[in-house]
Amino acid sequence: MSPHSTEIIPARPAPLRVGGLRAWVRRELFGSWVSALTTLALLGWALWALPGALDWLLWRAVWQADADACQAARGVGACWGVITEKHRLILLGRYPLEEQWRPVLATALLLALVIASGIRLFWTRWLVLAWVLVWAVVFTLMGGGVLGLAPVPTERWGGLPLTLMLTTLSIVLACPLAVLLALGRRSHMPAIRTLCAGFIELVRGVPLISVLFMASFLFPLFLPVGATPDVLVRVLLGIALFAAAYLAETVRAGLQSVPQGQLEAADSIGLGWWQTQRLVVLPQALGAVVPGLMNSFISIFKDSSLITIVSLYELTGSLGLALSGDPEWRPFMVEGYLFITAIYFVVCAAMSRYSLWVEQRHARGQAR
Amino acid sequence: MPAERPSPLIAARPAPPRARAGWSWHHPATRARVWQLLALLGVAVLLCWLVFNTQANMAARGIQSGWDFLGQTAGFDIGEQPIAYESSDPYWRAFLVGLLNTLRVALAGIVLCTLLGAAVGIGRFSRNLPVRALCRAYVEVFRNVPLLVQLLVWYLLLVEYLPDTTEAWTWGHSVFLSKSGLVLPFPQHGADGWHWSMPVLDGFAIEGGAALSPEFLAVLAGLTFYTAAFVAEAVRAGIASVPRGQIEAAQSIALGRWQTLRLVTGPQALRVMAPPLTNQYLNLTKNSSLAVAVGYPDLVSIANTSLNQTGRALECIAIVMAVYLTLSLATALLMGRLDRRDRARQQA
Repeated sequence: MSPHSTEIIPARPAPLRVGGLRAWVRRELFGSWVSALTTLALLGWALWALPGALDWLLWRAVWQADADACQAARGVGACWGVITEKHRLILLGRYPLEEQWRPVLATALLLALVIASGIRLFWTRWLVLAWVLVWAVVFTLMGGGVLGLAPVPTERWGGLPLTLMLTTLSIVLACPLAVLLALGRRSHMPAIRTLCAGFIELVRGVPLISVLFMASFLFPLFLPVGATPDVLVRVLLGIALFAAAYLAETVRAGLQSVPQGQLEAADSIGLGWWQTQRLVVLPQALGAVVPGLMNSFISIFKDSSLITIVSLYELTGSLGLALSGDPEWRPFMVEGYLFITAIYFVVCAAMSRYSLWVEQRHARGQAR
Repeated sequence: MPAERPSPLIAARPAPPRARAGWSWHHPATRARVWQLLALLGVAVLLCWLVFNTQANMAARGIQSGWDFLGQTAGFDIGEQPIAYESSDPYWRAFLVGLLNTLRVALAGIVLCTLLGAAVGIGRFSRNLPVRALCRAYVEVFRNVPLLVQLLVWYLLLVEYLPDTTEAWTWGHSVFLSKSGLVLPFPQHGADGWHWSMPVLDGFAIEGGAALSPEFLAVLAGLTFYTAAFVAEAVRAGIASVPRGQIEAAQSIALGRWQTLRLVTGPQALRVMAPPLTNQYLNLTKNSSLAVAVGYPDLVSIANTSLNQTGRALECIAIVMAVYLTLSLATALLMGRLDRRDRARQQA
């Protein structure tokens, strides 16, 4: 046969239609030799690891706050008793014991506000009022000093309320700044463009920790002599500036996705620059980058744990505070970490689920 | 005869007058100049105000400033020293040690997270359901837990749950893992040329080899496992961006799955993956600053100690920021060049 023969290879028969559980198992679990071996190996590993893990996590775990029982069960069962015993300290930090209803109520209000803001039904003018009102109530509750509430200095605030407050406030502060920075970076005016780009790149180039150190050591130096705002305010400002730089880049990506024709259309109906941005460009740009914005929000929530390093006891810090000073419960740090890990995980997962939902809604709006 | 209806056409606006050179507020160029001038002026006033406040504060509190402290004796010990360092050495040498420690953990982390991330990312396309599920679970868990918490957990596991040095876990009597860290064989230059320095358990300590401290291991593990989840997502997005037709074409010329990945999908995916990977490498480098939380003597930790000893907050934080900015710019430049070369090659 010559090497260049053009013999036609007969077509393969069409694959059989397959469906049902058996075919699914065959395809997904035993597609090939390698696949089958992997499945068996993973199954074996699961069968070996799962009972042990469940034993430790649930069946043999100690649930009551009994340090001796925990000590006895060490190695075979988890000590959830440490959570039973210390949950107040872990969740609320150093907030005075007798006043604990105040941070609990504040957290509930804050959570309700955030959840309501995510639901379309509540997207009315009243929501703005609700934000102002709820924040006023939250600060009154946490700080006290009026209405017969005992004053509690901000150093004693901590735990989950602090984490949530810092995250929400820094997002709310960072968003408008981010939009301005993103618009500025795309401006036709070279000086404004350079200033915005410079700020964004400068802040994005350094770690958050150095910004936090700056907030805690340098901000007091930058302000007029004698004016030393609360460390919480300084840290909040630091996180907000840091977050704004990251959010600005996401917003910029959205701005780039708005077609030039939209701007020309806005011009043609005589809209000014600010009107164009507010009514035409930004709604489209922000809608297009919801996943990116949500990712940044999740990062801000996770990054709020770093303020532990500048001695503010949010969730991570208050866990250390609750356990490391107590020799009786100190050995059960792992359970404590699992507990706060679960909290972070649930909140982050909820945020990313929500982002998926918004994205799908947005896609529906875009479909033609 | 019906009444004549007014024409629906709106008269065209007259063409805008030609822009004249001049200083009219209606001239866009003038407005742009005024706005820019105002912005620059605002920033300049803000900066002056900050500098003035800082000077006034420093004078009021009697804080010294200047870089002279870098030449003074540091007076503190550093747990890990890639280069020789004594507590009698000056501050600049302490900062250098910190920088080298940062680079050491960042480089190792970049290599490891790339390997792990690529494996997990490719695993998301496995035909085996359990493998896919496992890779997905990995990404979900490690991405959604703060890095600081992960670091602290690794550190806790390393220092609380590993055996003491005398009962170190060992593999083939050449690798030891215990509370005091990981000891590996290490090539050493001696009198008789290069040879392997093998660790030996000698009474209460392990002699020889290269020891990695638990602090280093905790930071490395935390950075690697955390960043690998993001790298895996970048890899997945890269592979997913390759059009389906490419894979079908590869199948039609009878390439196997690995061949397809290596020859067809991989190279095309790499181009999409390069920018997000650069970002992840930068993030990893910046995140290594969290080492301060577990006491690994990286740059931030050294700067923090120096700050507390000398009170030169401005200078110490400036050093940290300048170093990270330089690292960021250098990485971005390097990856930008690689990307450009890659693009040029594809166009050739």
